[in-house]
Amino acid sequence: MLKRGWQELRIIARDPILLVLVVLIIASLLVFVVWPLARVLLKAFQAPDGSFSLANFELLGQRRLYRNALRNSLVVGGLVGLIGVVIGYIAAFVLTRTNVPFKRVLHTLVMLPIISPPFAGAISILFLFGFNGLITRRLLGLTDFSIYGMHGVVLSQVFTFAPIAYLNLRGVLAGLNPTLEDAALNVGASRWQVFWRIVFPLSLPGVASAFLVVLIESMADFGNPLVLGGASFPMLATQAYLEITGSFNLARGAMLAGVLLLPSITAFAIQRYYLAKRQYVTVTGKPTASTSKIVSPGAKWFLYAVVVAFAVVVIAFYAVILLGAVTRVWGFDYTLDLRHFRYVFAVGWDTVKDTIVVAVVTTPISGLLGMLIAFLVVRRRFPGRAAMEFMSILNFAVPGTVAGIGYILAFNGPPLILTGTLAILVLNFVFRYVPVGIQSGIAVLRQIDPAIEEAAQNLGANALTTFRRITLPLIAPAFFSGLVFAFVRAMTAISAAIFLVSANWNLMTVQILNEVGSGRLGVAAAYSMVLLAIVLVAFGVINLIVGRGAEDATSVRF
Amino acid sequence: MPADLRLEKLRKEFASPEGATVVAVDDVTLEVEKGALVTLLGPSGCGKTTLLRMIAGFEEPTSGKIYFGDRRVDELAPNVRDTAMVFQSYAIFPHLNVYENVAFGLRMHGVSKGELAERVGQVLELVGLGQLAKRAPSQLSGGQQQRVALARCIVMQPKLLLFDEPLSNLDAKLREQMRVEIRDLQQRLGITSVYVTHDQIEAMAMSDVVVVMNAGRVEQVGSPREIYARPESRFVADFIGDANFLPGVLLDTRTVRIAGATLTLADPLQEQPGASVVVVARPEAMNLARAADQEARPTGTLLGTVRRTTFLGTIARYMVAVEGLPDLQVDVASPAEAGLLAPGTRVTMAPGALHALAGDG
Repeated sequence: MLKRGWQELRIIARDPILLVLVVLIIASLLVFVVWPLARVLLKAFQAPDGSFSLANFELLGQRRLYRNALRNSLVVGGLVGLIGVVIGYIAAFVLTRTNVPFKRVLHTLVMLPIISPPFAGAISILFLFGFNGLITRRLLGLTDFSIYGMHGVVLSQVFTFAPIAYLNLRGVLAGLNPTLEDAALNVGASRWQVFWRIVFPLSLPGVASAFLVVLIESMADFGNPLVLGGASFPMLATQAYLEITGSFNLARGAMLAGVLLLPSITAFAIQRYYLAKRQYVTVTGKPTASTSKIVSPGAKWFLYAVVVAFAVVVIAFYAVILLGAVTRVWGFDYTLDLRHFRYVFAVGWDTVKDTIVVAVVTTPISGLLGMLIAFLVVRRRFPGRAAMEFMSILNFAVPGTVAGIGYILAFNGPPLILTGTLAILVLNFVFRYVPVGIQSGIAVLRQIDPAIEEAAQNLGANALTTFRRITLPLIAPAFFSGLVFAFVRAMTAISAAIFLVSANWNLMTVQILNEVGSGRLGVAAAYSMVLLAIVLVAFGVINLIVGRGAEDATSVRF
Repeated sequence: MPADLRLEKLRKEFASPEGATVVAVDDVTLEVEKGALVTLLGPSGCGKTTLLRMIAGFEEPTSGKIYFGDRRVDELAPNVRDTAMVFQSYAIFPHLNVYENVAFGLRMHGVSKGELAERVGQVLELVGLGQLAKRAPSQLSGGQQQRVALARCIVMQPKLLLFDEPLSNLDAKLREQMRVEIRDLQQRLGITSVYVTHDQIEAMAMSDVVVVMNAGRVEQVGSPREIYARPESRFVADFIGDANFLPGVLLDTRTVRIAGATLTLADPLQEQPGASVVVVARPEAMNLARAADQEARPTGTLLGTVRRTTFLGTIARYMVAVEGLPDLQVDVASPAEAGLLAPGTRVTMAPGALHALAGDG
């Protein structure tokens, strides 16, 4: 094996640019992905005097606060996963396998929560169900109903993450072979039997996969629990944050982050290595949908109603935010007023600018790096290739909180001091969001005849020229979706970002949370609207420049 | 004068998924003369494509050397070797039109605008694509794509032209046509070429030299006529064309005794009299005739009975049973004139062009 590694090394050494690229990329991954993670774990196992110790973890058993945080995070994760998958399955089934009107509109609406800040749902819920909520106070006249706690968190997370389950399940259900249904009906199965014994089992790996993805997202979620958790419902991500920013206890914060990491990595490992091998459908680019024959009209319209209901909730939530942005004081004074927007563009303008700069710098770097790594992983052999692929995908499984804490531990001192700079934000975002670009790049590359790139080499092109002139144009769709994803995520990131902002560089998402915390919901709403607008504009611009639409992203991370 | 291409003990090993070592190319030594078209012929998995890819630089040899003239190249990257390869799937760049595809290599080498335009134009005319310069690859037929792949290579004026089963994706008629065109072009331009195929007809029709490969090793090297008339092993005899294998005993260097008949070899076998041999008898050289007399057998002939008759248009194929021998395949030309022999007919055969292999072959 060593001999093969040496041989591979000699091969890429013949193309010096390639060698330099490989070395640089692996070095960056080690420094900006692996090292921060290692620092978190090191800190978690560290006693105040610096020696190895399990004392921090013992606290987990001792302090009820921590035990509850762990339990709550797991329970909420499981619940949200379950509900999200049910909604996602219904929506995916209805929108890919049945003949119903307004599919495109419904698809867009169901997907909308993905491009907004992950806690937009929480803000809407406050507007609707908070102490001065439109529904609870105004409509129902309740004075002692508290939305804070498990029900609030679950509700907001279902709103935020069901669309992700939908996205994952879309590909699975659309890729199911419709002739299987025909074959089952042909031998006399009832419609329900066909579903329960054929369709559902075949989609089960996809369902399990979607469940795990939502579970990971839910456990890593920071914004919703922070807004709606309340004092009596602690959760791991928020508790880790509070330990660090409130009590300045890095060790305990790191410990909680470490605990958060475990279920996340486990779920990721199961999803990637166990379930991926059991997928019974092959998703190759555009899935060919066809009408399912196993839904009776009655069932169809019922399921359709469920999807429409969800879409209506989405509209309602955003309408409420818009309303909140243009009314004077929510709950008391509903006169229309643009003062909140004026505030955003006057006092908050620096924050808006900072956020745009960070996103604009992150996006092309993440996009190109993703395509480059995908190209190297699929098309070239070199020692360390498997390690490179693993390290670059690792961030899928790392919750933002862990990454954020890792970065402040790793880059707050020599040799590399980056805290308080633009660089720390950009680096964190680039390496957290590059996995999606890599995944879709790899998927597209596997469909391109490798002989095409060999032909380019044969005619005289080196690796970089081949990538630039031949590969990149052919993987444009994957490149586009990588860009869009990176931009949206950079604009809406919160869980890692909250540790990395500074006096010099503030982000809109962090500001929104501050405003919510201060009770200034109107300003928070205005910021959210501006953020949404920027994302939509960017989507259009990237579409114009790169020219292709992103049909199916593989997975989404905050 | 050094040969244009020289392979010295070229070896390629792969690790199989179970961990064992698979030898794809087993210490192959070969020389190719300037301007010759050499075909690597063999069944799937014989190593011919791996060998070609090592010459091109897409596979790194486990050991051995490759020389272009007197220049050692096996350590060079594929983009600096001055070879041009026509791929089995053509590998046309889908996002570039025909002109840009053909011009690509010249652009990589920094050829000036004027010269580039001239060369590309010439080559497009040469392969008959002059009118299609602006077409997109998706609008081309298989044959046209093939020509683009060819043009893209020829325009480079490479030291070595490599072909990886370029005709396997074409229908039979087109394959025949392209065979002739490629060979004509190659001879006209005089570019040394290495051609990989599993189709023996292609190999016979196009090559100056055929290299028959089996399980990573070279079985025989020779002109098509040599390979056909004087195969050096059972494998080669069986792979090229059809063959009957007749066990017999060598009487002297030119005579064998088979099933009681004394037959003459077309070329001598340098073995001791009395040695066991296997004689290769081609179906079209069996000289079949109706037996004049039911029992008599003229000297130097075999006597047999027709078991099965198949009319194939150009030939009639008979399966003939002979006592003491495996069933023989006999092809007779122009059956429409000669008339078909029914199964059960007694026949004599005076096989010619016989070639003996020592031992079991």
